[in-house]
Amino acid sequence: MPIDKRVATAADALRDVRDEATVFITGFGGAGFANVLLRALCEHGPKDLTLVVNSATHPASLTHELIAAGLVRKVIASSGRGRGAELSPFELLLRDGRIELECVPQGTFAERIRAGGAGIPAFFTPVGFGTDLARGKETRTIAGRDCVLEEAITGDLALVRADIADRYGNLAFRHAQMNFGPAMATAASLTVAEVREAHEAPIPPERVQVPGVFVDRVVAVGG
Amino acid sequence: MPQPLNRDQMAWRAAQDIADGMVVNLGIGIPVLASDHLPAGRDVFFQSENGVIGVGPAAAPDGIEPDLVDAGSRKVTLRPGGSIIDSAWSFAMIRGGHIDVTILGAFEVAANGDLANWDARVPDKGPLVGGAMDLAVGAKATWVIMEHTTRDGRPRLLEACTLPLTAVRCVQRVYTDLAVIDVTADGFIARELLAGMSLEALRARTGAAITPAPGCRPLVAPALGHGG
Repeated sequence: MPIDKRVATAADALRDVRDEATVFITGFGGAGFANVLLRALCEHGPKDLTLVVNSATHPASLTHELIAAGLVRKVIASSGRGRGAELSPFELLLRDGRIELECVPQGTFAERIRAGGAGIPAFFTPVGFGTDLARGKETRTIAGRDCVLEEAITGDLALVRADIADRYGNLAFRHAQMNFGPAMATAASLTVAEVREAHEAPIPPERVQVPGVFVDRVVAVGG
Repeated sequence: MPQPLNRDQMAWRAAQDIADGMVVNLGIGIPVLASDHLPAGRDVFFQSENGVIGVGPAAAPDGIEPDLVDAGSRKVTLRPGGSIIDSAWSFAMIRGGHIDVTILGAFEVAANGDLANWDARVPDKGPLVGGAMDLAVGAKATWVIMEHTTRDGRPRLLEACTLPLTAVRCVQRVYTDLAVIDVTADGFIARELLAGMSLEALRARTGAAITPAPGCRPLVAPALGHGG
């Protein structure tokens, strides 16, 4: 049967997501948030999710809807701080011990995901050495540099925002939309992309930024 | 007591030390202002940790590209020769020593170069570490721009940081509203001191020993920004 990874709706694309799934979510600074998929996941309503997302609190990402709906047990992120002095919904849950946060330096966050998708179970990095974020982690001095052992992150589902897809699941991004997309697409057992347009015709090979090998389903959402 | 430098003047002073051809990462807050104050003709690449290599000026209201943002969520432009990569590659660039200098904001810097700039221990506010630890460890040089003292007058340059560390022994230079300070094996060395300010007055506002460099110069900046 000819390969065609395009599905009609976001709900369709997420129909088999289960409770306790570990979910990667792309997006940074207003670019590349998979908000159509996030809204659909919220409606699907799996519980006790672990989210792997750069910020738990970015106002432009619908990550906060999943959190506010009580579907999230734990977040792995480089930011869990809301803007302004008032506490965000995430911070309220964190204060009350109703959600767990694993705070990770952003480069270590990206590399743990990259490693997860690349078959590297763990790596040593100098980042974080001597800080609270390395507490309890194995350390080693390598070539004179003090390093911390960081474990890879793999997961069940990646929600990726891109600009264009083709039927083979190849993806191309627009500007800084790319951010965590390529790494996250490799680290999840099911990768779903929402795109502005999903074409029958293949993306020119040299324009492909994530090969369809890493992508399972694509949904055209416009925007 | 002479008028301390304002935010733009502090950023201006740091920008004067960015050399031609450097690759520079600017933190949010005062550091990002440095890109507005580069000496004319200086050709520099600003790297933003979300993968924008060659950040240009902020986008004009009628020229906004919603997906072209920097690490501070500002809508920006791309300079000629710029490129866009993914986050994992961007942090490979940072950790791998390909960034000449990162200029970061800070709460505290210790005399041994320890940096505290991510957790002010505000009750119940969630943590935000972002890329600060990666930058402080990975860039070839880490410079800090911060006010010399806290709002209630306590020193930010200390023997040892009191707030959670971002990285150990990483800061080489600090630009404050009162001085330009090198962090050396011999502790804090003042290279420039606010014009009209005495060394005793600086010492009274510094929480560790600070020594004037031979030929310590007056710190002066052009009128810039609000109140400049």
